Amino acid sequence: MWRFIFGRLLQAVPVIFIVITATFFLVRAAPGGPFDAEKAVIPEVKAALERQYRLDLPLHEQYFAYLGDLVQGDLGPSFKYPGRSINELIESGLPVTAELGAYALLIALIIGGLSGILAALRPNTLQDYIPMSMAMIGICMPTFLLGPLLVLFFGIELDWLPVSGWGDIPGDKIMPSITLGAAYAAYVARLSRAGMLEVLSQDYIRTARAKGLPEWQVVIKHGLRGGMLPVVAFLGPAFAGLLAGSFVVETIFQIPGLGRFYVQAAFNRDYTMILGTTVFLSTLIVLFNLLSDIVAAWLNPRLRAQLSE
Amino acid sequence: MLVAQDTKKRKASVVQSMMRALVAVCLVSLTACMGGESKVEQGNREGVLHYGNGSEPQGLDPHVVTGVPENKIIRTLFEGLAVKNPYTLEPEPGVAESWDISDDGKKIVFHINPKARWSNGDPVTAHDYVWSWRRALDPNMGNQYAYMLYPLLNAEAYATGTLDDAEQLGVKAADDLTLVVTLNAPTPYFIQLMDHYSTFAVHPDTVSKFGGATDRFTPWTRVGNMVSNGPFVLTEWKLNRYIRLEKNPLYWNADNVKLNAVMFYPTENLTSEERMFRAGQLHYTNEVPLEKIPVYQGIDNSPFVQAPYLGTYYYLLNTQKAPVDDVRVRKALSMAVDRETLVNTVLQNAYVPAYSITPPDTLGYFPPKTFGYDPDRARQLLAEAGYPDGKNWPGLELTYNTSENHRKVAVAIQQMWKDVLNIEVSLANQEWKVYLDSVNQMNFQIARRGWIGDYVDANNFLDLFITEGGNNNTGYTDPVYDEIILREAPNATAREQRYALFRQAETMLMEEMPIIPIYTYTSKHLIHPSVKGMPSNLMDSLNIRYVWLDPTETLKAE
Amino acid sequence: MTDITLQAEKGTSLWEDAWRRLKKNRLALFGLGLLTSFVLVALLTPWIAPYAYDAQNLDLGATPPSSAHWLGTDIFGRDLLTQIMYGGRISLAVGFVATAVALLIGVTWGAIAGYVGGRVDAVMMRIVDILYALPFMIFIVLLMVVFGRNLLLLFLAIGAVEWLTMARIMRGQVQTLRKQEFVEAAISLGLGPATIIRRHLVPNALGPIIVYTTLTIPSVMLLEAFLSFLGLGVQPPETSWGLLISYGAETMEEYPWLLLFPGMALTLTLFALNFLGDGLRDALDVRRSAD
Repeated sequence: MWRFIFGRLLQAVPVIFIVITATFFLVRAAPGGPFDAEKAVIPEVKAALERQYRLDLPLHEQYFAYLGDLVQGDLGPSFKYPGRSINELIESGLPVTAELGAYALLIALIIGGLSGILAALRPNTLQDYIPMSMAMIGICMPTFLLGPLLVLFFGIELDWLPVSGWGDIPGDKIMPSITLGAAYAAYVARLSRAGMLEVLSQDYIRTARAKGLPEWQVVIKHGLRGGMLPVVAFLGPAFAGLLAGSFVVETIFQIPGLGRFYVQAAFNRDYTMILGTTVFLSTLIVLFNLLSDIVAAWLNPRLRAQLSE
Repeated sequence: MLVAQDTKKRKASVVQSMMRALVAVCLVSLTACMGGESKVEQGNREGVLHYGNGSEPQGLDPHVVTGVPENKIIRTLFEGLAVKNPYTLEPEPGVAESWDISDDGKKIVFHINPKARWSNGDPVTAHDYVWSWRRALDPNMGNQYAYMLYPLLNAEAYATGTLDDAEQLGVKAADDLTLVVTLNAPTPYFIQLMDHYSTFAVHPDTVSKFGGATDRFTPWTRVGNMVSNGPFVLTEWKLNRYIRLEKNPLYWNADNVKLNAVMFYPTENLTSEERMFRAGQLHYTNEVPLEKIPVYQGIDNSPFVQAPYLGTYYYLLNTQKAPVDDVRVRKALSMAVDRETLVNTVLQNAYVPAYSITPPDTLGYFPPKTFGYDPDRARQLLAEAGYPDGKNWPGLELTYNTSENHRKVAVAIQQMWKDVLNIEVSLANQEWKVYLDSVNQMNFQIARRGWIGDYVDANNFLDLFITEGGNNNTGYTDPVYDEIILREAPNATAREQRYALFRQAETMLMEEMPIIPIYTYTSKHLIHPSVKGMPSNLMDSLNIRYVWLDPTETLKAE
Repeated sequence: MTDITLQAEKGTSLWEDAWRRLKKNRLALFGLGLLTSFVLVALLTPWIAPYAYDAQNLDLGATPPSSAHWLGTDIFGRDLLTQIMYGGRISLAVGFVATAVALLIGVTWGAIAGYVGGRVDAVMMRIVDILYALPFMIFIVLLMVVFGRNLLLLFLAIGAVEWLTMARIMRGQVQTLRKQEFVEAAISLGLGPATIIRRHLVPNALGPIIVYTTLTIPSVMLLEAFLSFLGLGVQPPETSWGLLISYGAETMEEYPWLLLFPGMALTLTLFALNFLGDGLRDALDVRRSAD
């Protein structure tokens, strides 16, 4: 088990290295630079700016200088916010996005998982149709739609919840969490239903039932483990993807999270911010995919043997 | 087996505690919200203005940043030598209590108010200005607004690195309270520039304490570090949440500052901002979504405020690419655009149709109107150019950057060209930086463009189109035009003479039609009725000193 | 030789059986019927659309549904029904083509990684990790610069992004199935890996894959709208359901019909797909067929 985890962490090094390298050169190839603005910048001023950000060096020197800083944990200065470092900006946004993501995931797992399992237990009955129809509407209802709808109803019509902010006014965390969680809940519901159905028709479940075990024991002991596999495979990257996914929610609710930095960095060609968030994102992806593989193995004894190999 | 049971138990307890947490959160929030007063009500009571400011400022160093949201905050923190009266836009005393302009207009002496103080108690001196202007112009600074000080003697040479000696700059301190400024040529709008943040003084000791004078990466603008000289001081800066400024007791005119604090919010999303206003979280919105305008106009005591704004929305025509290299085609395209209908329908009357580059009544200057919507003349011109009724039309592409408004304008105009001229024009929507790159590389046929004036003077619009001008982007070149803008107009002594020259130049420009003017911008805000002393003006200029809150005024329930 | 004939026989009967079972499922047939009619309408749109898709009437502006315009008009006075019909052409094409691309790559990739295991699996899945982490928007902007605006390219770009999760799900399924008796029996019979994957693993993993596929189609349609905003996708006056929905969302308080009807088109498609998907899953269920 530990050897497996250690091995995977070792694999993370080349993954992150390749991601950084590819990103570094990709962003430089994209048209438009960080200092391009609607009003033309005087050439001398642009040259001075490029000097201050080391952009006057040959590209490969910039690349090695960046790697050198990175090894020391320095993600460089921001282009968009002069006077701030990328480390500082990520530190300010991360806790917010992590908290938002955690709530959203919790909502997704509880609501999505429960309704998926309930639906799978009595397929093609009302207990199946009602939660699944909700899930499908959830999938068709992108966050940029659900967010404003919630705001209009609960924020303005009923005046129960604040329409924006994060931790400023009590209750301002509820609507963003639900908005972000709903999209994932719908996926979780559909996938867990499918996974459960798949498992419940397997031979060993029939054997378990034939042995006279109570239904709930069959479902929890045997069904859940196999049935949640697709959900787990989906959640690993989905959670890492929250970074990009929370952008829309952060914009609608004016939340000071990392998602806004991540998406706007690309629009601003804020080179260091793109790289910084990407380094961060790739680490998250490696970690969460590893976590989801471990959970998958833990859920499925057949896979567990593989870990000790 | 064992594992499974273990799992079950753990799952149950986790689920339970989660449920409990959720219920608790819901209860707390509901009780807290019911019956609570809104931020606006609370603000009215405490003298705190909640201000929607568009976006998170890049920074607060007056010599580093560019942009409108930064401008609003910096002009609340710092004060220029002269400030603008928000009602008339005429200059009035700021740090300088008075100034004398020499007869030839090339020399200005500013008399600094002896009561002017930095927020740490130091007096504001003429030396601070000499130091600050050198910093603003220093080529190492990379100040994108350095050109605002170019009217200063030798400033351009110093800023572009051809002159090293800062002593030769046209700014000197005669004594602590007397600042002597020498200009290259008479510059009627120079006093106006003193209210632009690129000409503000910074506190030399504070800047030096946290890094090099020309270093962009210093923390001197952070809470606790910053020393400023305006009516307010920086007390809180929560990234992407808000910036809080509180009244500066050491400000020389503090007795006349009525607000106790201002909260600036980075309201990037227009529709979210409007909803914040409706929920009582903002006194003032930076923008109003177009679709909401008729709704707000319809209510009594409307918070909707609209005023002309010093900016023009236009299309660039690349005069080096067929078919728009032909002036007849350019004119045909321009005359086929029915600006009145466009503005009245799709744009909800939110703008004013434009037929020239300079906005009307720019400090008394009215641009010439050389053409109008004329479908017959447009068809005739297109036929003369060799495309009668759109025959042989080679196709044309209109480039714009991603935005709802740009799309609306482009889609409507595309159809107008099709209806009037029977020609196909395709639209190319580009991501912002890609679009900037296309425009800068002249890699377009028609491209959307907007220009917002830095100061109220026709020169700021007309000097865009001098040969090889950095913001020309059309390939338009005319030596006579250059001569008028660069030499004749600056040396014209009387205002009428100067404006006549501008009108002559602008007529020449519109005869060649390197641009298609579409509309003049307006500023549009939702302002809570309790906000007083915040008049609309052409620059959308905020002078916080005049603002106060009247708690008795409330928004009528919708 | 024998292997091939055996496979062919089995193949036909499997699909015949599946179709027989599908015909009995009324919901699935309804889904199929609805989808077919959407596709037919999309194909025939240029001949049956009530108005020209770019015909504007600025003075009319946005009007609610009426007898002249059954679904109302947008702010340019264009007929919404016509817009939705033309938009469906783009959205259905994007939805099906991009999803098919994602399905093909994802299932193959995941199945191979899961079946072969070991070092091959590690390398293949780390490649998936890398692709997850690359900044998607920069990638799109570069695609546009290199290839220009191109609808086919749009489909490929979307497919190239959407296959990653598909691969992870497929791999997870294959890993569980591989250890089961029937697969080991097949191995001991001497069947090659390709045959085993195709005949035993893919059919048995179909449930979650079909579900994820049906989930992918609407998200792909919405992603198309985002790419169009970045300049890669369709350009006005052409439109798609995703674009109509995002424009509609901006004005949902003032002109709710501009959001409601395109949203309904997308939701109906998804429902139809799900009914069909569930039906297909049941019909193709090899285990149930043994009953």
